[in-house]
Amino acid sequence: MSEYILQMKEIVKEFPGVKALKGVKLDVRPGRVHALMGENGAGKSTLMKCLIGIYHKTSGTIIYDDREIDFETTQEALNNGISMIHQELSPVLERSVSENVWLGRQPMLNFLMVDHKKMRQMTLDLFSQLDVDIDPDELMKNLTVSQMQMVEIAKAVSYNSKIVIMDEPTSSLTEREVGHLFRIIRELRDKGVAIIYISHKMDEIFEICDDVTVFRDGAWVGQEEVKNITMDKLITMMVGRELDEMFPKTECEIGDVILKVEDLCAGKLVKHVSFELHRGEILGFAGLVGAGRSETMEAIFGLRTVTNGKIYKNGKELNIKSPVDAISNGIGFLTEDRRAKGIVPIRSICDNTILSSLKTYGTPLNHRKIRQDTQEYCGKINVKTPSIDELIQNLSGGNQQKVLVARALLNDPEILIVDEPTRGIDVGAKAEIHSLLSELAGQGKAVIMISSEMPEIMGMADRMIVMHEGDVTGELKREEFDQELIMKYATGV
Amino acid sequence: MDKFKKFCKNNTIWVVLIGFFILAAILSPNFLTWTNIKSVLMTESIIGILATGIMWCILSKGTDLSAGSMVALSSCIIASLTQLESYSMRMYPNLNMPIILAVLITLLVGAVVGAFNGCCVAYLKVPAFIATLGTQLICRAAAQIYTNAYPVPELKPGLKFLGQGMVFGVIPVLVLIFAIMLCISGFMLNFTRFGKNVFAIGGNDQAARVAGINVEFNQMCVFIFSSVCAALGGVLLAARSGVGNSAFGQSYELDAIAAATVGGTSQTGGVAKITGVIAGVLILGIVKNIMLLIGINAYWQNIVKGAIIIFAVVIDMRKNARKN
Repeated sequence: MSEYILQMKEIVKEFPGVKALKGVKLDVRPGRVHALMGENGAGKSTLMKCLIGIYHKTSGTIIYDDREIDFETTQEALNNGISMIHQELSPVLERSVSENVWLGRQPMLNFLMVDHKKMRQMTLDLFSQLDVDIDPDELMKNLTVSQMQMVEIAKAVSYNSKIVIMDEPTSSLTEREVGHLFRIIRELRDKGVAIIYISHKMDEIFEICDDVTVFRDGAWVGQEEVKNITMDKLITMMVGRELDEMFPKTECEIGDVILKVEDLCAGKLVKHVSFELHRGEILGFAGLVGAGRSETMEAIFGLRTVTNGKIYKNGKELNIKSPVDAISNGIGFLTEDRRAKGIVPIRSICDNTILSSLKTYGTPLNHRKIRQDTQEYCGKINVKTPSIDELIQNLSGGNQQKVLVARALLNDPEILIVDEPTRGIDVGAKAEIHSLLSELAGQGKAVIMISSEMPEIMGMADRMIVMHEGDVTGELKREEFDQELIMKYATGV
Repeated sequence: MDKFKKFCKNNTIWVVLIGFFILAAILSPNFLTWTNIKSVLMTESIIGILATGIMWCILSKGTDLSAGSMVALSSCIIASLTQLESYSMRMYPNLNMPIILAVLITLLVGAVVGAFNGCCVAYLKVPAFIATLGTQLICRAAAQIYTNAYPVPELKPGLKFLGQGMVFGVIPVLVLIFAIMLCISGFMLNFTRFGKNVFAIGGNDQAARVAGINVEFNQMCVFIFSSVCAALGGVLLAARSGVGNSAFGQSYELDAIAAATVGGTSQTGGVAKITGVIAGVLILGIVKNIMLLIGINAYWQNIVKGAIIIFAVVIDMRKNARKN
């Protein structure tokens, strides 16, 4: 028997016009947590999809459990002991938690009827084994995103898999839940399960992983044991260049108050929020998932009904009923949910870039100017694409995000609200977006940045507001920034 | 050879159209006569005008099932407003209205119905299928009540010219109007903000909203445009047949949806091409015509039509599946 549970060799995957994987390899040992790292578009998810049968490799060999395999469907992969927790969850919202867990393999009473009682008990057993506290009868749609994530993890565990693949499993979990997830991972590992862990978060890699394999641009860069490698080395492997500064914060002059929010209320998660924003300032909003930060910004941008409170810009009261009003008042917004609320996947980069500024191109639309502007803005922020006519769905996450940034900038907003601007995008694109935000502040624009990544928000913000369950619980100046203090405010202690 | 293959792949619909055209010409010597082709074009023009409207609804992830009934209602309205003054049983004995005004009033009724559809879908969030199904029943019944379900005959020659006349003695006015509607629709689709907005709404309505597009208003406009197209179809049908009739336009909306779909308008929203609609209309028209010419039983015609529609969607879905 080989020491590896999984060996992927010389895997090539070609899409029409693109070679997504150029002969990569991956060796996974049982009872180890194996991190798979690389910038967005490096080919990590593609390789995993080739493994579990969503894609089919163009060439190469996969040896799993001492035999060569090439799964046709994910079902086949599951039956053979490989399960994957996807980055984007797709639960059946209108059905119960237990039905979601046992979907397609419900315990049967007889050949026709599902054994609901047994199914409920099995769910309870599974949850208690993993220390998850969710009612199996609750409808999926009533769960929070992080609860759904836990259900998904429990489901993957329930297959008794030999390999569990986790694609950015912590992106919507709170710090406590991450700790919980790591306990589960350690338990699985001790049972001899191999875990392939895809993440961009360095601290997680160093905390939980044993081995790490790095890809860059569809090619294999290297494999190391985590204990033998430093963070700098890892970043260098990923980007192929030394990143001397992650957060190129430039000090710039803070000007007058441009936006003043007074006593804003909107739904359960925005309770009497007040703050001021100055020109040339990057104002950070910190807090845990569900703190009401996004909801506050959506209320300001006209995406939620404001039940109370006033918003002033340059001392003048604004009446914002919809994003149309917000944009015409010089407010730009970058959503946290790129796929659902950001891109129009089946349209070109060009159409996606100009979507917010169609007014400026007259009737009939001036297509030449549209193309010029797209070239200019997408070029300025370095969107990597063969052509601006490419469908945006064919770009990597980081590049999609850059297109959305271009869209916001094209309106020349005085106030730019960015919600988790670097979630799920690679280190290189991250640095580019950071330096862009600094540059905007330098031009006297005001930036509001929501981020759940502590180093990011501490590195970028001039001032920070911390929220907890819809309340503002703290405000800190740059010199007062302190992880523990922020966490105290964020947890509402 | 590769070039040819690539051309076929990118222009499947036109290759299919040409294929049917050649097949039709071989199967029946009467197909390639000008009289026959003219009649096909004239018959399909009305469906085509409906299809250009419905294409917008489908593009924005909706549909318009009320178009056929709208044809009936508008044919009755236009007919009642343009009956010959010499006809003794006129609906409005003292009315003497310029034809252009009568047409505008009819189109306005179409716009009102469309606005109602749009309101239900955009603001009251009724699924388009249900909202327009309701309007379908309402419009048909309104036409029957308006005319007591009797035909409205004896229309002025000025109106009939729209449906029967020729420009330069060769081009049917009807076909010309279809062509104009295609141009208008194509222009809106590709060269106006409205077009880009609707593409975005069909592709991802939430993203469109966040990008500052007034989703509801644009949806409303889509339904208004579709119903105005249907009303225009009704005007032309009355003009062509010389009567208004509350029984007109049965299942026209389905033919129009079929034509738009065969022409590559994606049922999942966000994809549409005006040239596709032309090809879709012509393909279904030629198939109908050829079966008529070689004397195939009318029931079989619908079987073939149904098969073509399903086949078109299968192709569309496969194309999408391959992309993903």
